[in-house]
Amino acid sequence: MRRDFTLALLLFIGGCATQPQTPASRAPLAPIAWPDDSPALELAVLNRVSWGANRSSYADIARLGTGRWLDAQLRPPQGEVRARLPAEAQAAIDAMTISQRPIAEIAAELEQQRRAFQNAAADDRKAERQAYQESLGRLGREAQTRMLLRALYSPNQLEEQMTWFWMNHFSVFQFKGPLRALVADYEERAVRPQALGRFRELLGATARHPAMLIYLDNARNSAGRINENYARELMELHTLGVDGGYTQSDVEALARILTGWSLDLAGGELSRFYPRRHDFGDKVLLGRTIRGRGAAELDEALDILARHPSTARFVSRKLATFLVADEPPAALVERMAQTFSASDGDIAQVLRTLFVSPEFRASLGGKFKDPQHYALSALRLVLDQRPLPDAQPVIGALARMGEPLYARATPDGYPLTRTDWASPGQLATRFEIARGIAYRVPVRIPMELVASVGDATRETLAKAASPQEWNLLLLSSPEFMQR
Amino acid sequence: MKRRAFILSSLALAGSGRLFAAPSAPARFLLVFLRGGYDAANFLVPTSSSFYYESRPTIAVPRDAALALDADWGLHPALAESLHPLYTKGEAALVPFAGTEDLSRSHFETQDSIELGQPLAARSYASGFMNRLVAALGGGGAISFTNQLPVAFRGEAQVANVALNTVGRSSVDARQSALIAEMYKGTNLGAQVSEGFAARDSVMRDLGDEMVAASRNAVTARGFEVQAKRIARLMHGEYRLGFVDIGGWDTHVGEGGTTGQLATRLEELGRGLGAFAEAMGPAWHETLVVVISEFGRTFRENGNRGTDHGHGTVYWVLGGGVRGGRVTGEQLRVSRDTLFQDRDYPVLNEYRAVLGGLFARLYGLDAAQVARVFPGAPAKDLSLI
Repeated sequence: MRRDFTLALLLFIGGCATQPQTPASRAPLAPIAWPDDSPALELAVLNRVSWGANRSSYADIARLGTGRWLDAQLRPPQGEVRARLPAEAQAAIDAMTISQRPIAEIAAELEQQRRAFQNAAADDRKAERQAYQESLGRLGREAQTRMLLRALYSPNQLEEQMTWFWMNHFSVFQFKGPLRALVADYEERAVRPQALGRFRELLGATARHPAMLIYLDNARNSAGRINENYARELMELHTLGVDGGYTQSDVEALARILTGWSLDLAGGELSRFYPRRHDFGDKVLLGRTIRGRGAAELDEALDILARHPSTARFVSRKLATFLVADEPPAALVERMAQTFSASDGDIAQVLRTLFVSPEFRASLGGKFKDPQHYALSALRLVLDQRPLPDAQPVIGALARMGEPLYARATPDGYPLTRTDWASPGQLATRFEIARGIAYRVPVRIPMELVASVGDATRETLAKAASPQEWNLLLLSSPEFMQR
Repeated sequence: MKRRAFILSSLALAGSGRLFAAPSAPARFLLVFLRGGYDAANFLVPTSSSFYYESRPTIAVPRDAALALDADWGLHPALAESLHPLYTKGEAALVPFAGTEDLSRSHFETQDSIELGQPLAARSYASGFMNRLVAALGGGGAISFTNQLPVAFRGEAQVANVALNTVGRSSVDARQSALIAEMYKGTNLGAQVSEGFAARDSVMRDLGDEMVAASRNAVTARGFEVQAKRIARLMHGEYRLGFVDIGGWDTHVGEGGTTGQLATRLEELGRGLGAFAEAMGPAWHETLVVVISEFGRTFRENGNRGTDHGHGTVYWVLGGGVRGGRVTGEQLRVSRDTLFQDRDYPVLNEYRAVLGGLFARLYGLDAAQVARVFPGAPAKDLSLI
């Protein structure tokens, strides 16, 4: 740990910049030493760090060894994801409107459509309203499909998991306003580029994105017409945590700092700062005076929040809850928080601290899959590199299990622990989903890629009356519920 | 499955202070949680307060639009055909200035606090108060009509759950269900898996064809009325303790007044509860429904014709045997100087004391039993039942 810490400290001294960091400027990570590799351990790491093991990803980790595979996951090849997907999956993404047209153009066009009918009577201009809703629906489905295809096929599985994690951390609800048209861009430009990058960049990009401005109402927050919604959730859910040491007066100060950040959907900029709506008075945030001077106040406030020790702990704990255990060991969280602070919120550094920890190794196989992990791991196992025939049933299955993409209504994001997903009703539903997948596969799914299948499961599998029933039982087994 | 109904009824019989319910028909209790912090001040309108009208220039419910309940209070007109008739019949009461001591004004923190039902300083996620109530009543008969098991129902006692808007006929047959249950025998999910299959079967039995017809391919949320009727059918049967939550109350922007966003939600909720009362039939007289929310909202409207997170709220208490038709509990005159932190309704009727009082009457629980449900919060009897 000592070496990590020193290295991280050097990095901290070297780079406190708040400029957007491209992946190219990311600091190198010390290679992970993983001396005692074994096939079982590789499979366990793969099941935790990816959306689920299959033959090709298992071949990758077996070829590289766990240490080098983790290094590669932490620093995936730079540039676009596109070169790394199978041709069919990439072709499907390329054909999408969200790939072909700039978001500013899409947003401006939709906004003009909306304005044409917004003041008409409810039953007037039905065709226009319907066309508008259909456009939103199609764009929202494209975003979900793209997310699923990348999660199923990208070799950079940690990047995919972290993109989902941050989308969930900075959660938005696609059914509010025109958000279905914006979630694809929110993910692509605000979240994905920094999924393994800097927390501060995530914070700045999400704060300015129209998806967040709409979702938490900051688009309506202006001087003398304060709306506290985003200010509160920014501290409670995105940075400090509810016990992170802020008060109601901090919420009010931050809300004033945030005044004037609003939308420009029709004008092509998507969002911008409107000085005339800003409260130019001085504010006191977390004991620090922020001089009222306009747009620059936002970055000053986000710097304070991103570098606050409560944020380092809160974010580290959430990462460890996602990748280690429902109740992550306090000592590990503390070490991650130290790395977080020392590296100025370099997410890959924090995850490196997690991966090299004995706590991580001891935890493998012990996380209960949430529905997203469950559905994706089943499909990855079944499909491997073969194309997904239709994303719609998967989108439906996630909704039925209570975890649809971009659709958590409340800003807390989906919960990450077993108690939230293993209730009697949820398990019964999960077996229905298992059957839906199992009966589409005409041959037995091999059980070698399901970690440590025990005797009870083997005995039950032996009673399967058909390959499909075998598949149902395997995908319903207690072992397959764990990652 | 008989165990549930049996244990609950035998326990309820043992009580002495129980006022409802013939010995053969133990009381039923449904908790309705409005998630998001509904704007209680526009639901139960303080019509005699000029300060209310000053504080809400664009969203107030006008005096002549509110349904007068007494000299000080009026009901939102969206409830004219649902809650108002129940209130007039004496089957509904309202408890203003209700809530929790939690001052975080966080939805999630406060919802958890309430559902845990423990002293704030010593919260543990090991159990929620509804789960402890199940245990105090001897176990069994409890169901949550939600996809997730809510914090209120978490704990040692086994509780079923089913999301009524997505459930349909099962494609996993009886033999396969048994095989799956076999794999889980002796694991830490064994009880949940068996309970899941059992609840699935009883829901299908109780709801039958109506369910299957209505739920085919339905994954989106349906109106609460449809759900409420289903809840009534299930609570006629083996389930006596229920929980359901409804979202969509976080009205920061464009809340509306007599009509609009909040009015629509209230109308839907009222219609659902009215349908529930009707569908319970004679059992409505042994049924208690309590509607709660994590907090009220700011007394003054915000800059966007909405309201932000506040503190005190209004609870609804409904049931055929309720001594209703009144606005009850500790109260204050609504004016600027009685606001909490010059911002919100204060809390004068702490939720644990109020609910504890209701449970004591409903099930004849003694002080020690109530203390197991709500440790450290002596019951407050509002004489509602």
